[in-house]
Amino acid sequence: MLYLWGMMSQNPFDLKTGAGLLACPRCDALHVEEELDSGETARCIRCGTVLAKPRGGAFSQLIALAFTSMVLLIGAVFFPFLEISRMGFGNATSLFGVALAFADGVLLPLVAALLIMIVGLPVARSFLLVYTLAPLAKGKPPNRHAATAFRWSEAMRPWSMAEIFIIGTAVALVKVAGLATVHLGPAFWAFCGLILVNLASRGFMCHTTIWDAIEDAGLHTDGREMVEGRNS
Amino acid sequence: MSEQSTGHPILTAHRAGLVGCHSCGRVWPEDQRRCKRCGARLHKPDRRGLQAVWAWWFAGLIMYIPANIFPMMSTQTFAGLAGNSEATIAEGVLELIHHGSYDIAAIVFIASIVVPIAKFLSIAWLAMVAGKPATTDQAHSRLKVFEVVEFVGRWSMIDVFVVAILSALVQLGFVASIHPGSAAVCFALSVAFTMLSAQSFDPRLIWRGLPLRSRTRD
Repeated sequence: MLYLWGMMSQNPFDLKTGAGLLACPRCDALHVEEELDSGETARCIRCGTVLAKPRGGAFSQLIALAFTSMVLLIGAVFFPFLEISRMGFGNATSLFGVALAFADGVLLPLVAALLIMIVGLPVARSFLLVYTLAPLAKGKPPNRHAATAFRWSEAMRPWSMAEIFIIGTAVALVKVAGLATVHLGPAFWAFCGLILVNLASRGFMCHTTIWDAIEDAGLHTDGREMVEGRNS
Repeated sequence: MSEQSTGHPILTAHRAGLVGCHSCGRVWPEDQRRCKRCGARLHKPDRRGLQAVWAWWFAGLIMYIPANIFPMMSTQTFAGLAGNSEATIAEGVLELIHHGSYDIAAIVFIASIVVPIAKFLSIAWLAMVAGKPATTDQAHSRLKVFEVVEFVGRWSMIDVFVVAILSALVQLGFVASIHPGSAAVCFALSVAFTMLSAQSFDPRLIWRGLPLRSRTRD
């Protein structure tokens, strides 16, 4: 459903200061901001990119999912990930163990970077998201630097690679199958759960709604009104 | 603002003397440096921004060469007595085909050979045609290419993860051990650089100079 009709909207906007306007990040087309009902989708009239897709109660769901992903990640780090055995020689490894195994090698930077991508960034994103959304979900003014926190959390998104790690594990399993017997540990299933949590979180996430909520709940009020999701 | 009989009139932020925030979408006067809502740096859709794209692109390409020449990992069985094999990316794929696991071979082949090369080609193409005149349909297909590149880039990391998992897991002392090779680092860097290259591409350039009229969409 299109709701941002180019310049034909009745809502107030200002072409001098840009107040009340929204530019499509993909094609730069200007749109007049309007309130959406829960479940509606706003697409750019020029390139069709989704601009806003608010869902009622999305903030509390996102917070819940962020906590879930933190719990799963703690399990994923410390529980054994894969176990391998051949001829009485066995080796069980947790991600933490992987890190320690490389702690003295020349490949330490690589392993550190990989661990940050698999564990560090997802944890950081969860924290930042909770920090941003917790006050907004209760209808309070946002925390200090909430805007920076949310922007960072979005910038980290392409670099958090838990789901790619799982596919990598599947490939590794096949490669090693001829060499030894492999068992999957609890951490593997924690990662699989994490992928589902991430997918759900993506479905609930609407940037425009969150940015509007951050803006309207006290940071820079410019007269525009509340957005969906904050009070539902 | 040019108005046509079909579709709705469109005004771009650039044409209106404004600049849109790429991070949160808020619109500001053109001379503003930072978005006051989210704090992101504001920049106009300008072909000069393509320099960063090309810089990261070349960095990625340079790292991709050693990534293919040097071994990705070395496997030692029975302390090197029963064989000590080193495999590059391509050899690893051939080995998988040899073992008969065609599906996994296909995943590795696509993720670490087809996708990186396709990505280099598409980013170079996008950067070359960006800002040049195009029809609306061409712009739509270019945007699609950009979105695919943006989405698919991270998946090339699979091979690096495979090496990391294997070398951490297969440490059975005398019986078998796997060590990562120098290509793993180069490949990881190459993937990271091309991701940065794709991220520094400004998709708004695709749409610059296009007729300001929306396509009627269903």
